[in-house]
Amino acid sequence: MVEWTDFERQTIADIFGKIDYETVGAAALSRCLIVYPWTQRYFGNFGNLYNASAIKINPMIAKHGTTIVHGLDRAWKNLDNIKDAYTELSILHSETIHVDPDNFRLFSDCLTITLAAQMGAEFNADVQAVVQKFLTVVVNALGKQYH
Amino acid sequence: MSLTDKDKDTVRLFWAKVAGNTEAVGTNALYRMLTVYPQTKTYFAHWKDLGRGSANIRKHGKTIVNGIGAAVAKIDDLQKGLLTLSELHAFQLRVDPTNFKILNHCLLVVLAITFPAEFTPEAHVAVDKFLAAVALALSEKYR
Repeated sequence: MVEWTDFERQTIADIFGKIDYETVGAAALSRCLIVYPWTQRYFGNFGNLYNASAIKINPMIAKHGTTIVHGLDRAWKNLDNIKDAYTELSILHSETIHVDPDNFRLFSDCLTITLAAQMGAEFNADVQAVVQKFLTVVVNALGKQYH
Repeated sequence: MSLTDKDKDTVRLFWAKVAGNTEAVGTNALYRMLTVYPQTKTYFAHWKDLGRGSANIRKHGKTIVNGIGAAVAKIDDLQKGLLTLSELHAFQLRVDPTNFKILNHCLLVVLAITFPAEFTPEAHVAVDKFLAAVALALSEKYR
């Protein structure tokens, strides 16, 4: 089980309490598809991904970005048992969607950068460390059911 | 994933904005790296002060970002341009190359914070590719 300090719990709750899921989700996913274009392989049915401009205004991508960030809810609401909280999603990503788990890391990096841009100076080194730890734990849990 | 002409232009344009801010960006990125990825502190056991605002961190952060700025000028042949630095990192510093990726990520975070409007996804991909190319050139002499 992962140990979380009070500062870490508070920081995570604060961030998820105040971000706009739609803005952050759309920005993070579109950034991921632009910066790491091979991730587009999972979005064949999502309409026009022809170039960065198209990706940025694609409504299906925006909606899916929101879905993904909401997928983090079950982590911050279950900090003391993230592994079990993600069993179902891990199986889904492995056996149904067939996503290479390295993509979770790529998305996390883009989400981190999106949060940094949103939060500015408030996203200091200590906050970044908390977010890094949190996302690493989630990414780990999402990979657990792969075999 | 080599740099296209468009990538190079994007990097040159974007890095021109960083040029006025090298100490701030470098210090921020280096301090973040040491905090978020504590294993990187192993390379700095000889510094007494690893706290925020430490003189060592400010000086070294500036050195690193100036080095990257110099690499921008040599963007057309990074391997040749960074030969001496590669030898330094390979034979003297012997920094595990995984750490280049870690520092690069921290640099990107600082760029996003410092230039939220200009660090668009298009700028991000070009700078990310460039920093990866710099890391590769720095690792050139390792083995």
